[in-house]
Amino acid sequence: MRNAFFGTMLALAEHDERVMLVVGDLGFGVVEPFASRFPARFVNVGVAEQNMTGIAAGLALSGKIVFTYSIANFASLRCLEQIRNDVCYHNANVKVVAVGGGLAYGALGSTHHATEDLAIMRTLPRMVVVAPGDPVEAELLTRAIAREAGPCYMRLGRAGERVVHPRHTPLQVGKAIVVRDGSDLTLISTGALLWTAVQVAEQLARDLHVESRVLSMHTVKPVDGDAILAAARDTRAVVTLEEHSLIGGLGSAVAEVLADAGELTTPLRRLGLPPDFSEHVGTQEYQLAAYGLSHEGIIKSLKPALDLLGRW
Amino acid sequence: MAELLAVLYERILRVRPEEPVWAGRDRFILSKGHGAAGLYAVLAERGFFPAAWLDDFCKDGARLAGHVTHVGVPGIEASTGALGHGLAIGCGMALGARRDGRSHRVFVLLSDGECDEGGVWEAALFAPHHRLDNLVAIVDYNKIQSLGSVREVLDLEPLVAKWESFGWGTREIDGHDVSQIEAGWRGVPVIPGRPSCIIAHTVKGKGVSFMENALLWHYRAPDEDELRRALRELESAG
Repeated sequence: MRNAFFGTMLALAEHDERVMLVVGDLGFGVVEPFASRFPARFVNVGVAEQNMTGIAAGLALSGKIVFTYSIANFASLRCLEQIRNDVCYHNANVKVVAVGGGLAYGALGSTHHATEDLAIMRTLPRMVVVAPGDPVEAELLTRAIAREAGPCYMRLGRAGERVVHPRHTPLQVGKAIVVRDGSDLTLISTGALLWTAVQVAEQLARDLHVESRVLSMHTVKPVDGDAILAAARDTRAVVTLEEHSLIGGLGSAVAEVLADAGELTTPLRRLGLPPDFSEHVGTQEYQLAAYGLSHEGIIKSLKPALDLLGRW
Repeated sequence: MAELLAVLYERILRVRPEEPVWAGRDRFILSKGHGAAGLYAVLAERGFFPAAWLDDFCKDGARLAGHVTHVGVPGIEASTGALGHGLAIGCGMALGARRDGRSHRVFVLLSDGECDEGGVWEAALFAPHHRLDNLVAIVDYNKIQSLGSVREVLDLEPLVAKWESFGWGTREIDGHDVSQIEAGWRGVPVIPGRPSCIIAHTVKGKGVSFMENALLWHYRAPDEDELRRALRELESAG
């Protein structure tokens, strides 16, 4: 996703001279092409994320389209008040790009795990929150958020995510993508768990004849309420998947939509991370498995829901 | 602070009150957003909005809030009130102007207590590195902060040396002496190729005997009688 983002940034900057990239001294091996191609539109502020964000707001208020970039918690939590006041309150055209969402920096420890970012960013007024599910979505979302004026938070994975979509998939901010259709179950995924969601759906179909709709909810805010309500009405259970705390992220957003619409008869199961610091040391894959978010773990968690459907 | 703002808006800033978002304007950010009342008064005086707005300051349904707010208020570049934000925004504006080859300048007024915030020093490192000599920081150095004197709470001294060591051109002025203020503003950049920091030595509550250097008046608004006495003292001083 990181490479898709930087590749797209080059293309965007080529066509729009307002596009700027402001980084907090991170991005070794990926920022260099942009920095050398567009030196006047690249700023490395040093290890100073509050300043990065304030400067981005000042540049945006001078007519620029500014992307800030750092490891997820540093781009978001470290400068939260600058994002809220300087960016959101001024409706500044700043896109906060956070690399390493969820447990992507697995073995580096909890300081580097971004597991509350979606919840926190979602509550900020005017903030659009997106989390691409694969490199194709990362490219399409980067283009889409650059086109729309105003604040945005984009949570990227890291590198090496599997490609789920064909290259020319239509994508619109705020509209879920139906990756696969089915009438038994809906799996709603955000961020880098999309590939896993598709694998789970395929195994359910193969082994249990359970047909799942898979929605890529790349936009967590504004969340696609229509797609969520349609899922609750068309299928017999809804499951959310996110590499994020179970407080305040995608699962919460889906529950809010269902509750507000009075759509409470369809079972909802939220799968994500416990609202705690990780107890594990290890790769992203290892830790996801430890928290039941591997392909196998998800299938196991779905057993009660499938029992309800009489399909296990 | 009143004198600093008055001189800035009357004699220095290139602004068009009738066209508040004119692209070529100089930018001013009151980073010490709690000084809103003073800035609003100066903006009204300059004709950015009707002086009648001032009468409802902070009242229910008013246009003007207690900290500097850009929403619905012509002439405000940035909403402030959370300390330590303004200088970074100013750096962004100055950098944007520089990279676009524009000649406007950016002025940011900070409080002394605000200089406790780490974000101020992140921006203080940034501006000289990028040679932003179109940026001017002013520190309203009245030596009092929320819970006591600056020296007691968190000493800033040697303050001028700190800014100089970060790479700023500095100048100290008496922040109540109009001619010194004007000379200070006109003398920027203090060092070509570097941002300027003007340390304005001020007295909190200057000119009102019962308010001067009294911490209480960081919080209190005068009642009718106190207001009359204060205005009498200020008017008699000319």
